[in-house]
Amino acid sequence: MKMLKDTWLMFQRYLLVFLRNPAWVAIGVIQPLLYLVLFAPLLKSLVQVPGFPAGGAYNVFVPGLLIQLGLFGASGVGFGLIAELRAGVIERFRVTPVSRFALLLGRALRDILTLVVQSLILLLLAIPFGLKPTVVGVIVMLGLVALIGLGMSSLAYAAALALKSEDSYAPLIFTLSLPLLLLSGVLLPLDLAPGWLQDIAKANPLSYAVNAARDLFNGKGFDQAVFEGLAIMAALAVVGVLIGARRFTRAIA
Amino acid sequence: MIETHNLRKTFKSRRGPVDAVAGVDLDVKKGEIFGFLGPNGAGKTTTLRMLSTLLPPTSGEATVAGFDLRREPAKVRYVIGYVSQEGSSAPEIPGRTELVIQGRLYGMTKERAIARAAELIESLELADCADRPTKTYSGGQKRRLDIGIGLMHLPQLLFLDEPTTGLDPQSRARMWDEVRRLRDTGTTVFLTTHYLEEADALSDRIAIIDHGKIVALGTPDALKRQVAGDVVVVGTDQASDRVLELLRDQPFVREATTAGDVVRLYVDRGETAMPQIIRVLDSAGIPLASLSLNRPSLDDVFLRQTGRSLREAA
Repeated sequence: MKMLKDTWLMFQRYLLVFLRNPAWVAIGVIQPLLYLVLFAPLLKSLVQVPGFPAGGAYNVFVPGLLIQLGLFGASGVGFGLIAELRAGVIERFRVTPVSRFALLLGRALRDILTLVVQSLILLLLAIPFGLKPTVVGVIVMLGLVALIGLGMSSLAYAAALALKSEDSYAPLIFTLSLPLLLLSGVLLPLDLAPGWLQDIAKANPLSYAVNAARDLFNGKGFDQAVFEGLAIMAALAVVGVLIGARRFTRAIA
Repeated sequence: MIETHNLRKTFKSRRGPVDAVAGVDLDVKKGEIFGFLGPNGAGKTTTLRMLSTLLPPTSGEATVAGFDLRREPAKVRYVIGYVSQEGSSAPEIPGRTELVIQGRLYGMTKERAIARAAELIESLELADCADRPTKTYSGGQKRRLDIGIGLMHLPQLLFLDEPTTGLDPQSRARMWDEVRRLRDTGTTVFLTTHYLEEADALSDRIAIIDHGKIVALGTPDALKRQVAGDVVVVGTDQASDRVLELLRDQPFVREATTAGDVVRLYVDRGETAMPQIIRVLDSAGIPLASLSLNRPSLDDVFLRQTGRSLREAA
């Protein structure tokens, strides 16, 4: 009960911090929009290439873009935590009886909410381009994004708490997120990749999320890929939260 | 309020274990301002972080506000407040909001937290800035807000880590008043500082720490007296050797040295020694050029215990 109440308080606080940083709100929306306007048109000419999935350029690209949003959005959240460590805020909370789990969860919920809102905006903006969403597809898609947000931001917080400085945190996330992105098939479908690359991509949990996301928009509906994607992202979220919570409960010396 | 026995914190480093706090015994009484003085790196903040549940001790016993620090840290947290040197608020959020959130983390109702925040904003004179984001605050305002955050839940014991570091003299004087006011309302205050004047002016009792060990403990006056009592400086126009000779063996003089045409006398109590000095010199027919009474400072205490001056060490 105290845990839930504390989580709610923390969620409110961090939402306020986010909303008071208008630049972050704007960047969050503008970045995916740039992909939509400046990158997705390139795919139109690729639709005819053998191996390109059915459904048209936007129905293939936009779902992947949402997964990318989740990956990049969540991996950057550690910067805010490091700033707070330096400002003494985390220490202030650790002296209070606040639930340690709530310190993580309140933040992660804020991250999830911002991701979901950004995703919705992106989906709406993509409709004029030719995206054909279904209500159920969108809802499940947002659930998928939420799970990625929870898992990735928890891991990002754990990394930020362990490293305690932007100087080591930034290289870490850039080094990790680029291969995760390339091996997920977000930019171009992995169906186009040679066999060995497809094999490596199978080790990347995000590639399952991308497959699931595409099937939610290409009319295939709830096939095995969707369930696989959801299950793997749920597992990622659980593992992420466990690791993150462990870090938050341990002493931050 | 605080009792520790052989409290110890050892950090692992590449060159082997380092004793940041090497067996500290403290006894802080309810309602006093307890000053923890020492140079940077002496172990002040590490001790403070252990006592405020932020850092588990490597070994030793400690009771804080009646609860065992190692076994019941959760209970300790409800009755202590902690103000770190780094600050405690987000730059984007108004101070009032931070205060209310802080209160609610201790289980206050929203109404109670809002009322308590208003009380603190009034008493800490933050009314002008309480509803602005904290990034617009002056150094003194920010520090007062930090104190307010630490006081939201009416703690019995408040830890202040270097409360005036970086403040201008005016804000510092104000902070001192604030701390005294807290003591007067019954809050026990445990503060660390590396400023001699601050420890001296503010503390009811002081512990001096160096290299992780307590080297002196007592009231500021007792500590200073324990060193050398007072210092009387006698200036003469002639024959300081003769003056030294005359005064050295007086029963009230502990130690005497001469440098140039002044003689320094270390005495137990300057105010009783000075008339006697005058009498001795007068009856010997030696005219006085000057006579001054100097109180030993806490630096003399530190110097005597560690062989270094705190001003240099800090």
